[in-house]
Amino acid sequence: MVAADVLVAQNVGFGIISLLMIVGALRVVTVKNVVHAALWLVIVLSGAAAQYLLLSAEFVAVTQVLVYVGAVMVLFLFGTMLTRAKIGAEADLNNKNWGIAVPVSLVMLGVISWVLIDGFGDDRLPNPDEAGQVPVQVLSDDIFGPYLLPFWALSFVLLAAVIGAIVLARKD
Amino acid sequence: MLTVQFLLLAAILFSIGVYGVLARKNAVMVLMSIELILNAVNLNLIAFAYRLQSIDGNTFALYVIAIAAAEVGVGLALVLLIYRNRRSIALDELSEMKG
Amino acid sequence: MIAAEASHVMSHSAGWFLEHAWIIPIVPAVAFVLIIFFGKRLPMKGSELGVASMIGSLVLALGAAYQWIQRVDDASGHSAASLMKAGGESSPFVGPVIREWTWWQSGGLEFGIGQHIDGLALTLLVVVAFISTLVQFYSLEYLRGDRRYTHFFAALTLFSAGMLSMVLAPNMVQLILGWEIMGLCSFMLIGHWWEDQANARAALKAFFTVRVGDVGLLVGTGVLFFSANAWTQQNLGVSGFNISGLSAWAMSGAASQSALTWGAVALFIACIGKSGQFPLHTWLPDAMAGPTPVSSLLHSSTMVVAGVFLVARVYPVFWEGLEITDTNINFIALIGGVTIVIAALLAFVQHDIKKVLAYSTVSQLGYMMLGLGAGAWLPAVFHIFTHAFFKACLFLAAGSVSHSGSHHSFDMKKDMGGLAKKMPITATTWIISTLALAGVFPLAGFFSKDEIIDNVGHNGYQVFMIVGLCGAFLTAAYMTRATYLTFFGEARGAAAGEHHDDHADAHADHGHADDHGHDAHAAHGAHDDHGHDGHDAHGPHESPKLITVPLVILAALALTAGLANATPFGSSWERFKKYVEPSPAFVVAESTMATGPGEAIRIVEATTATEGGGEEAKAGCSYENPPAGEVCYFPAVSHAKFKWSKGLLSLAIVAAGLVSSWVFSVQYYTRRNRRLVGLTERSRVLRGGYQFLWNKYYLDVLYEKYIVRAVAYPIAKATNWFNQNAIDGVVNGSGRISRRIAGWVYRNIDQRVVDGAVNTSGAAARGTGGALRPIQSGKVNQYGALLFAAAAIGALVLVIINT
Repeated sequence: MVAADVLVAQNVGFGIISLLMIVGALRVVTVKNVVHAALWLVIVLSGAAAQYLLLSAEFVAVTQVLVYVGAVMVLFLFGTMLTRAKIGAEADLNNKNWGIAVPVSLVMLGVISWVLIDGFGDDRLPNPDEAGQVPVQVLSDDIFGPYLLPFWALSFVLLAAVIGAIVLARKD
Repeated sequence: MLTVQFLLLAAILFSIGVYGVLARKNAVMVLMSIELILNAVNLNLIAFAYRLQSIDGNTFALYVIAIAAAEVGVGLALVLLIYRNRRSIALDELSEMKG
Repeated sequence: MIAAEASHVMSHSAGWFLEHAWIIPIVPAVAFVLIIFFGKRLPMKGSELGVASMIGSLVLALGAAYQWIQRVDDASGHSAASLMKAGGESSPFVGPVIREWTWWQSGGLEFGIGQHIDGLALTLLVVVAFISTLVQFYSLEYLRGDRRYTHFFAALTLFSAGMLSMVLAPNMVQLILGWEIMGLCSFMLIGHWWEDQANARAALKAFFTVRVGDVGLLVGTGVLFFSANAWTQQNLGVSGFNISGLSAWAMSGAASQSALTWGAVALFIACIGKSGQFPLHTWLPDAMAGPTPVSSLLHSSTMVVAGVFLVARVYPVFWEGLEITDTNINFIALIGGVTIVIAALLAFVQHDIKKVLAYSTVSQLGYMMLGLGAGAWLPAVFHIFTHAFFKACLFLAAGSVSHSGSHHSFDMKKDMGGLAKKMPITATTWIISTLALAGVFPLAGFFSKDEIIDNVGHNGYQVFMIVGLCGAFLTAAYMTRATYLTFFGEARGAAAGEHHDDHADAHADHGHADDHGHDAHAAHGAHDDHGHDGHDAHGPHESPKLITVPLVILAALALTAGLANATPFGSSWERFKKYVEPSPAFVVAESTMATGPGEAIRIVEATTATEGGGEEAKAGCSYENPPAGEVCYFPAVSHAKFKWSKGLLSLAIVAAGLVSSWVFSVQYYTRRNRRLVGLTERSRVLRGGYQFLWNKYYLDVLYEKYIVRAVAYPIAKATNWFNQNAIDGVVNGSGRISRRIAGWVYRNIDQRVVDGAVNTSGAAARGTGGALRPIQSGKVNQYGALLFAAAAIGALVLVIINT
């Protein structure tokens, strides 16, 4: 490996962020307090946004922060507040299934990692200097051009979700 | 940077999310775990978009984010409704679908 | 050369009806919208729109069929000379009339919508439009005064639109669209009287069971698209969804064998669901909870043949994917053969007349699948054609019996018997259709079913030929039993004019009956004789004209439809073969951009091109040396030569079935012959046999002892084949799993037997819920764990296989 090829800054950044994300994700699925879990999730989601920046997808990163870290987290906290009498630690947030869940997720991780390492062992990402950024204009051309139909479908889904959420959560 | 490092990170997030979906009792926690899975997918999409220098991955990542928002909205409405009817959102107490 | 030019010219003026066949499904689709919005305000509550639209579709379909016949005649006239050279064996290739518009496009993919008209599509178009028309007329009377009369006609019309659009689909996307519309309408119509829990459950069961199979349709379409798209784009300029493109690709030899096989298997799983084949056939008998016209139209003659149609439509994929020529057993033939026998046996233990017919339908669909699986394409398609008439007639006759004879009951043992004198028209049409179904010469069933059996044997599937013959015996026998119980012997229950206790139940089952008594009574005063009082006064009587006329028409067709392809009378009688079966000739596919009236249309004309049809035609479509630029759309299927010896054998078998069942029925049900009644308790041999049958050939034991073990502990089974102790050890070790699966089998079988033995409606509800009970803990996490575990293991297996 030629030294010039190694992007030290990016790699160090990646390492730190991904460590944070993994720890955060583990905490999300293990902590006993729902609110703490939500806060750990914020770390994971922000970390993902940072990774998108590393991959020069600014627009997606910004959207991630706005939608996930902003809106979705608030939703989660509201959900927690509305459905729980006490906001605190709870004895058993896990069910009896963890005995199955651990092997299943480990097998999945193993299979996926194996395939990935097998397939992309030393495949290099393009250098950011050459790769350049993703202009938002190109992105919007893509959305409203060839992928207009999924966009419409998505609009319908959102509309249905709005109506559905209202119908479900309405008190009557 | 190697492609595989992003993909592996996504794989780890995905597996943790799967564990959460299976092992968590609280419905809100299960929804959070699903968010982990969706984020793993997004990370893959973005990584491949960058790798292939194609814009499509970013487009789809945006779509996934929008879908996730809708899903959380409906999911939490469901949880709320269940809570109102049963005073509990522990998933293993819900066995209405039992045949 | 002359032939080529002639057909080339012809292809551009195919005739108005052929060019505009795409209007056929549009008519009922528009009618559906109108019924939904304005139906209730119309004088006949929207039913007139439905009937009118179906007549419109029928006229258009018949016009198209007429022009198609002309087209084929022209083509064979023009190429008579070259035919002589080729030995007169193969007919010229008549290009299908294909028109396709871009429906939508996304991310570089283009989805088309349009029409693909050839003999197969036209056969189904005419059958569907025709039977829909008759059933709509019938429903005018049958559902008179129903509380959701308008909705019923709306759903029926939408169903016709869906089926017609599926039938003329030029690509898989439109096919899926029509397929799903049919599924939705099936759900709505089975649950038409949803106030009754059992009906709602039956509707759900039908929907979900079919849905299990539908996954296969999506997967199969995906597999084929991604494997074929590059080839079809390059060679034909069409997408990998295109049906003719897929056919040509499958026949070209360029296709990967594994893609073909997996695609074919996945598609066939969809057909198993839709056409009620063996493992997923359970929904079809339950679907009888719907109104009888629905059973007649959707669940016997049209919708359930969609699976058969799919196989016939993309036949090259199955032909090559399952190597139909090179084997003497394959997936389709196996499933079809098993279905024939299993369903026919179950028909014997039913008390509900509609359930007998439902199992009979399952069994006949098995024949069609067997035919397709064994390379007998034409007989199978012909069987779709004939079966539609006589089975629709049988269902409508059953409806007529319940409508006017047995006071809305369908129970043969309780409320029927001796109706032949009271309802002569219904009885006559029923008996004609029964004989046609049994395959009595010269009725419709003989020519189609016998051809299937004959060709199956001819193509090297001898075992399945014997299965088919057994099926013929069973068919004759169970239909005779049903006929006897319904129309002969002594009158029982409602048929005898009794006001028995089950009366109230029968009413609850069929919500419309209540309407007869109350709302409808006031609204349709003219129909007094259908109110409660009328029934008590009159007892059983013949149904009104709106019911009997469709019956008579269908019975007439059951009598004569077989003559459309009467193989025994020589090849000049094989009209169906001439007009429907595509020719296995190499053709040049042309992609011309023609501008039609007003809009840009792309006509992909497969014109007869290889002049002299000689060598290539003789070689059929063996793809060893495909001429450059030429493709083949259909494999060369072989046809068995009809021999009277074989025909007489099957006729003798049918006669044996009819006679033995008749004699038994008379002795058993009417004479109460003491030597027969209770015989099963006295004779040890017969008791054994009876137990054997009652327990369904101990299939449950077989499942528990062998199949479940094979599935649950394959490793233990392999290594410890002779080591009973070891197996026992594993048994105890995994006792929980084993108990669960065994419990499932037990309950399923148990429920099914109860279903047959006890009164119908209550048991149907239990059976639905009971089927998968023990697996369904109701806990979402557990479902998720199973899902992800299956996915993980599946991925692991794939990775291991591929490395």
